[in-house]
Amino acid sequence: MTLGVVSFLTDVSSEAVTAILPLYVTAALGLSVVAYGVVDGLVQGAGALVRVAGGWASDRTDRPKWVAAVGYGLSALTRVGLLFAAGLPAIASLVVTDRVGKGVRTAPRDALIAASANPRNLGRSFGVHRALDTAGAALGPLLAFVVLWAIPDGYTTVFVISLGAAVLGVGALVFLVPDLRPRQAAWLRTHRSRESRGLPKCKGCTCEAPGGLQLTGRPFSWGFLRRGATVRILVVAGLLGLLTVGDGFVYLALQDRDGFATQWFPLLYVGTNAVYMLLAAPVGRFADRFGRARVLVWGHVLLAAAYACAAAPFAGATTTVVALVLLGAFYAATDGVLSALTSALVPADVRGTAIGTAQTVTAVARMAASAGFGVLWYAAGRVDALWIATAALVVAVPVCAFLLRKSAA
Amino acid sequence: MSALPTHRRRTAFAVLTVVVLAGTGWFVTTEVLRARAEQAAPSAVEQAEDVLAGPHVLFRGTAPGDLYGRVSAVALDDLSGPREVTPVVCDRVDSDGETTVCLHTRRGVVTTYEAEVLDAAWQTTASWPLPGIPSRTRLSPDGLVATTAFVSGHSYATTGFSTETTVHRADGSDVSGNLEDFTLVVDGEEIAPVDRNVWGVTFADERTFYATVQSQSLGRTWLVRGDLTDRTLVTLLDGVECPSLSPDGTRLAFKHDAREPGTATPHWTPAVLDLDTMAITVLDTEDRNVDDQITWLDDATLLYGLPRADEPGTTDVWALPADGATDPVVAIPQAWSPSVVRG
Repeated sequence: MTLGVVSFLTDVSSEAVTAILPLYVTAALGLSVVAYGVVDGLVQGAGALVRVAGGWASDRTDRPKWVAAVGYGLSALTRVGLLFAAGLPAIASLVVTDRVGKGVRTAPRDALIAASANPRNLGRSFGVHRALDTAGAALGPLLAFVVLWAIPDGYTTVFVISLGAAVLGVGALVFLVPDLRPRQAAWLRTHRSRESRGLPKCKGCTCEAPGGLQLTGRPFSWGFLRRGATVRILVVAGLLGLLTVGDGFVYLALQDRDGFATQWFPLLYVGTNAVYMLLAAPVGRFADRFGRARVLVWGHVLLAAAYACAAAPFAGATTTVVALVLLGAFYAATDGVLSALTSALVPADVRGTAIGTAQTVTAVARMAASAGFGVLWYAAGRVDALWIATAALVVAVPVCAFLLRKSAA
Repeated sequence: MSALPTHRRRTAFAVLTVVVLAGTGWFVTTEVLRARAEQAAPSAVEQAEDVLAGPHVLFRGTAPGDLYGRVSAVALDDLSGPREVTPVVCDRVDSDGETTVCLHTRRGVVTTYEAEVLDAAWQTTASWPLPGIPSRTRLSPDGLVATTAFVSGHSYATTGFSTETTVHRADGSDVSGNLEDFTLVVDGEEIAPVDRNVWGVTFADERTFYATVQSQSLGRTWLVRGDLTDRTLVTLLDGVECPSLSPDGTRLAFKHDAREPGTATPHWTPAVLDLDTMAITVLDTEDRNVDDQITWLDDATLLYGLPRADEPGTTDVWALPADGATDPVVAIPQAWSPSVVRG
């Protein structure tokens, strides 16, 4: 819950900036379209790959809180930088640093959520976290535009508010989140049973010695990657990721088709986020009961329906809204659930790395999907391209459901 | 830190919250008050009547104060003289004296963008929504309206940077759809790079126009000749961006990327292409980075906007001889997006 608040504040901070960055770069700094493209490309690329590293660092040190704090702190520092940045290179490097911070913190944060949650409620815990996270992502841009409405050149004001939110986020993490040690805790759990049997707490160690317990548990190993369950989840995440073509295309398709979507184009993602926010916790709870793997896989049917909605030849407000609702529901059924599923499948001592790896596989696959779909978009036309993606999903979902059949239990 | 007892850490967080909220609140309040005062202050510009009646240059005024952003006009023979201020606010503007195209931002809790066609009394006769921040607009003599807007997504939307350029009629009906969907012909062959973007339309006649097509993956920024009937874009030359046709139709002024090799960001210098000989003259008497669609004041002079380095939001329109013989000079102070109405 506290982690949810941390993410809420941090997302208010980062999305407020992200929302006005194109305006700031083009309108206030007088740079061009192309220059903005450079910044945007950097934003997309930087985040994904550092996630594994963040998870690995958290597993190695068994200090997910402090690894996450480094990530959150890094992003907060970039807000200070924004107050002084003048040229494009400065802004570009700040944007990249921010995304690196985001990449570093994500996996340890999810490991912390997993460590502090009741294993039976993992899906719900991730759902609550994602709901707060998304609430921040929706509130940030609105706050930013309200500021610009009141103060037309109020970019600095937005940056100051963003810095404030980021500092509070880091503060909440540092002061309020318990410093859980998942590996140590797992080790203690195994050894408590020895104690209850009247045995010494561990073989060949004196646990009463000052300095406390020394970990003799398995050191970190990449071996988890070879386990069948992990492989299956990564394959499924990759496969489904390859068919997830990016909301941008759905928005563009909607916008291309009707004036309603064009008028609200800057806000389409807010609609998606609002639905995501509302559904994340209930869907997470549902996943706990019904099976996380099943919800993850069948959630992609919602995505297929969203594509169909964007491709269908009925222009108008209704299809636009339905498409946004489906997209939001898709995120609710997949994003937090993937982390919950991964957490439950792997031992605690590799959890951070496993979550980071699963997220990176998804992110890289989605990038590839967007690039590939772009080709299709121009080759086949946007409507046919969306239908092809829909059909591919409809075929892939049962296949993935079959692959994950065993792990679903 | 973790050695502190829980209640101490909670107190520390409460103190931090109060400090941050107080600091941010103070800053926001002073900024809002400053902005209110600035917006209410009268703009320090000399005003005149009846400028719009004669030959004039229409532009977006950028003098700080209550007239900021208002479309204004100065007489063609007295560019730095007094201006007539109209009631409309636009980000980009183009006009033929009767009809005016205005791209503008509707600020609010929900910020949206719009293209409007205005009549001589500044009343809206047609409008259509734009998907993002307005960038360029051109009005053809036959009443065609080209608009370019950024389609800027969100960090969760992974299409990256994109522009949308369309051609409408002055009554608001769509002529072209997104120009990206036109057939792109490079050296006689049709290609379809995924990341192609089209912007900066300048009309030659009611069917033909020039524009920029860029593909970052191919590393090309082509000048293209577009055909609204055949729905084609035929590339003419690489390295020509944001063209603008001269009044006599013989030359194109454009942004030439003169960056040092290995630099990540472009440095645009104005240049002129002779359409008969395809010879390029780079006007390097202008050494600043010019990011604007250039306008022709007459067949010998270019106009373009540049931001003032020390005054955010304020821009000037500069004039540069089309042969680059002399240095640029400020033509219209505190102005942006000039449009020449020869009357």
